[in-house]
Amino acid sequence: MRLKVKWWHVALLLSVLVALLSPLASGSPDGLEKVAEDKGFIKQAKNPPFELIADYVFPGVENEAAATILAGIVGTLLIFGLTYGVARLLRAKRSRDQERSPVRESRPPLSSG
Amino acid sequence: MHIPDGFLSTATIATTFAVSAGGVACAVGVANKKLEDKRIPLLGVTAAFIFAAQMLNFPVAGGTSGHLLGSTLAAILLGPWMAVLIMACVLMVQCLLFQDGGLLALGANVLNMGVIASFVGYYLYQGISSLMGRDRRGMMVGAFVGAWSGVFLAASACAAELWVSGTSPFSVVFPAMAGWHALIGIGEGLITVTVLSLVLAARRDLLQPQKV
Repeated sequence: MRLKVKWWHVALLLSVLVALLSPLASGSPDGLEKVAEDKGFIKQAKNPPFELIADYVFPGVENEAAATILAGIVGTLLIFGLTYGVARLLRAKRSRDQERSPVRESRPPLSSG
Repeated sequence: MHIPDGFLSTATIATTFAVSAGGVACAVGVANKKLEDKRIPLLGVTAAFIFAAQMLNFPVAGGTSGHLLGSTLAAILLGPWMAVLIMACVLMVQCLLFQDGGLLALGANVLNMGVIASFVGYYLYQGISSLMGRDRRGMMVGAFVGAWSGVFLAASACAAELWVSGTSPFSVVFPAMAGWHALIGIGEGLITVTVLSLVLAARRDLLQPQKV
């Protein structure tokens, strides 16, 4: 069986390559963080109740660049799987609805008596 | 621009959750009715790219950084409702798995970066590119202006939420948020235009005009 490479396989690979660049990202605070620091309300921020891959650093990996890249790849593939899966499920639901609807329409109207 | 927990009042949290939930429910309805099979891989890949690109903070002036939101890009490729769906998925995973953006602030983050940025970006892109004759130049100008405005208005909405929550006075938080994001929006515009040119060069057919 030959695997046919489709355009979106290439696009997904490019997205993973973008995730590989993540250790190069600027570590400076983003716009909202900067405003919160300057205007003195950053201390109001609460720590999250649980941490999984907090700050995009994969836990248990010593090298920080590697931990960031791993977090990026996991996230990118997970997001692809999630959105692709949700879209497929919605599409499947529509097909089922369409199969069912002619039956519903042909049902005789309820008598009002 | 991911709001952490602790910045918003209960009333703001409740209101933004209600509006966002309504927006996501509409998006699910539109996907259920209109999403075509052949666009499903594009939807997944766009979401994956947005997540990866959001990790790449780029420096702007004064020790501050910004990152792509991607809402306008998603809306140009797939329409504003599918952009809302994509952004909601991305923001939810960022919040639950990566602790980026608070759990209680998720509604506000989806409202700002998902709903507001997607619709502002989409309608400005459509308006400007059709005024300029739907040629390549018009599309690029529309994409840049749409992307910049999406970021700017998302930041303004964020400032308004911080203000009504009593976190910071309007006269303090609004100019600061608007100022930084006027700069960050330029990055958003440049990335959006670059990716759109790549899509046009590689697969122009993915960008067929479509109804909302």
